[in-house]
Amino acid sequence: MKLVTAIIKPFKLDDVREALSEMGVQGMTVTEVKGFGRQKGHTELYRGAEYVVDFLPKVKIEVAIDGTQLEGVVDAITKAANTGKVGDGKIFVSPLEEVVRIRTGESGPDAV
Amino acid sequence: MINAGDTAWMIVATALVLLMTLPGLALFYGGLVRSRNVLSVFMQCMSLAALMSVLWLLAGYSIAFGGDGPYWGGLGKALLAGVDATSVSGTIPEVLFFAFQMTFAIITPALIVGAYVERIGYGFVLLFSSLWMLLCYAPVAHWIWGGGWLAELDVKDFAGGIVVHETAGLAALVLALMLGPRREQKPPHNPGYVMLGAGLLWVGWFGFNGGSQLAADGGAAMALTVTHISAAAASLTWAAWERIKLGKASLVGLVTGTIAGLASITPASGYVSPGEALLIGAIAGVLCQWAVRAIKEQLKIDDTLDVFAVHGVGGIFGTIMIGVLGHGSLSAQATALLAVGVFTIVVTWVLAKLCALLTPLRVSTEDEVEGLDYAAHGERAYDLNS
Repeated sequence: MKLVTAIIKPFKLDDVREALSEMGVQGMTVTEVKGFGRQKGHTELYRGAEYVVDFLPKVKIEVAIDGTQLEGVVDAITKAANTGKVGDGKIFVSPLEEVVRIRTGESGPDAV
Repeated sequence: MINAGDTAWMIVATALVLLMTLPGLALFYGGLVRSRNVLSVFMQCMSLAALMSVLWLLAGYSIAFGGDGPYWGGLGKALLAGVDATSVSGTIPEVLFFAFQMTFAIITPALIVGAYVERIGYGFVLLFSSLWMLLCYAPVAHWIWGGGWLAELDVKDFAGGIVVHETAGLAALVLALMLGPRREQKPPHNPGYVMLGAGLLWVGWFGFNGGSQLAADGGAAMALTVTHISAAAASLTWAAWERIKLGKASLVGLVTGTIAGLASITPASGYVSPGEALLIGAIAGVLCQWAVRAIKEQLKIDDTLDVFAVHGVGGIFGTIMIGVLGHGSLSAQATALLAVGVFTIVVTWVLAKLCALLTPLRVSTEDEVEGLDYAAHGERAYDLNS
């Protein structure tokens, strides 16, 4: 089992959710986050004074999946979240030791 | 002889001017500061409204309007001595004139708040503002509106370009200079509040300028109309100039233009035509915007919310335009600006030095970093997990 964590541009969330649903992903967790990568921050102007904003708003998606789905999921996110411009985000994949569905107590791949 | 129509309008105008401070100015300023300081700004505005009202009754009104001396009105009407519901001022009850003028004595020290937000001591705000209203604002109001020496020179200041905006603007500049800059300069935490405040100020200004006619007549209607036209023109030119110079027209910019247009038309609102108001407003939107950057970038004075650049420069500009457009003597206008300017700077500096001996001018570094909401008042504006 794998945990896929993707940081994407907020306006791409709907596209990514749709792409993942289409390929059978059953659920996800979404968090509004802030951070920076190669895009760095940006500046805001108020009454002509410049303020540097170091951290930009992004959306973090977490999806727990069966290992066999990994390639498809990464591919779907990559395609759906891509704008070709700096700041599109990253995908982190990590091994997932255990998953338990709280309602039934099922565990392992049956629970993802 | 009391006129019912005039009285009715002046009661409404009095409420409109109070609305400018509560909550107009409080929101306008509160949205521009960091989230950790928004309550302190609300607190300062509300406290000043209460405190200035009491002081206006105790002595302020008398100093400004209590008598005909060239320099001050004396203490004959302290605590409204000798004034009751039957006393008449022009065509309205004198107590209504007192109340209308009280709302001006509230907003003028409250305008200065913008200069010292995020780092001032609360005790200092109360002590300084009290003395400043009594010893700077009230005398100047007497000189120009209360039959004092500048009134004798036929100086024209319909609703307070000199009395309100020049005095508040210069006091703001002096205090900002004495206080030094904020440790950390962050962008406005809630431009939405700024817009709400500016909207209330715009509407309230109908009472400020329209009410300064002290009658429900064509003069009041014209004052209200030219006020509106100037605000509209300055909003547009500020935003347009911002779009040209910086690439985007911003909400904070547009509504700051609104206030610049309102401050600029204030002294002239009883004299100019709608076409002239259009001109005054259009220039104000660019002029005050230039002043904001000149004071922050060239002079390096952290007049934090641009009180001088918007109110001071706007009020002075409008006062000069009365002469330029031929509605008054340019030399009389210049004399008044100069005399009031020097007087304001000196009195503000002396009072601030004096007050700082009694209560700290600036909060500790720790309190400034923590934010004045919690450090000074023990409250927080936004507890997102509550």
